[in-house]
Amino acid sequence: MARISGVDLPKNKRGVIGLTYIYGIGLTTAQNILTKGNISWDKKVNEWNDDDIASIRETISQMTVEGELRSQTQMNIKRMMDIGCYRGLRHRKGLPLRGQRTKNNSRTRKGKRKTVAGKKKAVK
Amino acid sequence: MARSLKKGPFVDYKLERKIDAQNDGAKKSVVKTWSRRSMITPDFVGHTIAVHNGNKFIPVYVTENMVGHKLGEFAPTRTFKGHTSR
Repeated sequence: MARISGVDLPKNKRGVIGLTYIYGIGLTTAQNILTKGNISWDKKVNEWNDDDIASIRETISQMTVEGELRSQTQMNIKRMMDIGCYRGLRHRKGLPLRGQRTKNNSRTRKGKRKTVAGKKKAVK
Repeated sequence: MARSLKKGPFVDYKLERKIDAQNDGAKKSVVKTWSRRSMITPDFVGHTIAVHNGNKFIPVYVTENMVGHKLGEFAPTRTFKGHTSR
């Protein structure tokens, strides 16, 4: 059972995959962490011994992950909203920031479709 | 792609000169500019700059947080007044 930076890692998964359950660690970072500690990527999480876990903890402690990273991201967004720059305004309105079209699509930012009553369909 | 660090931040020469002149003399006044592409450098902090948005000048008071952004980011060029509701 490995508990790293406040997250329970899945026991039966390969080490590389297990590490990606931590917020802020993707596949590449997970691979780097294991390579640094000389641990095989294919070792399952419950096969790690104490030395392995110690070395993983050591590496991760030097990075920002989980709550710290989340609050950092939130702070960056809040800063942009406070100074009123273009990206901040887009954050406030819940629209895409990087110049994507908003006539259609961009549902990720805009959320579920809200039907506008009385909007006419284009006549052929 | 980000700009090469070798070149340093881009600031329009005329704008930079005006700000420097104001920093030397103690007097501060609003600087009008069309140069939306200029980066805000630490020299700008505390000045009010009127940035053109294609129609009129939007006064922008520069604070420390804004350093590193471009002037144009603070003067929106489009007005969206919402859709007509019936």
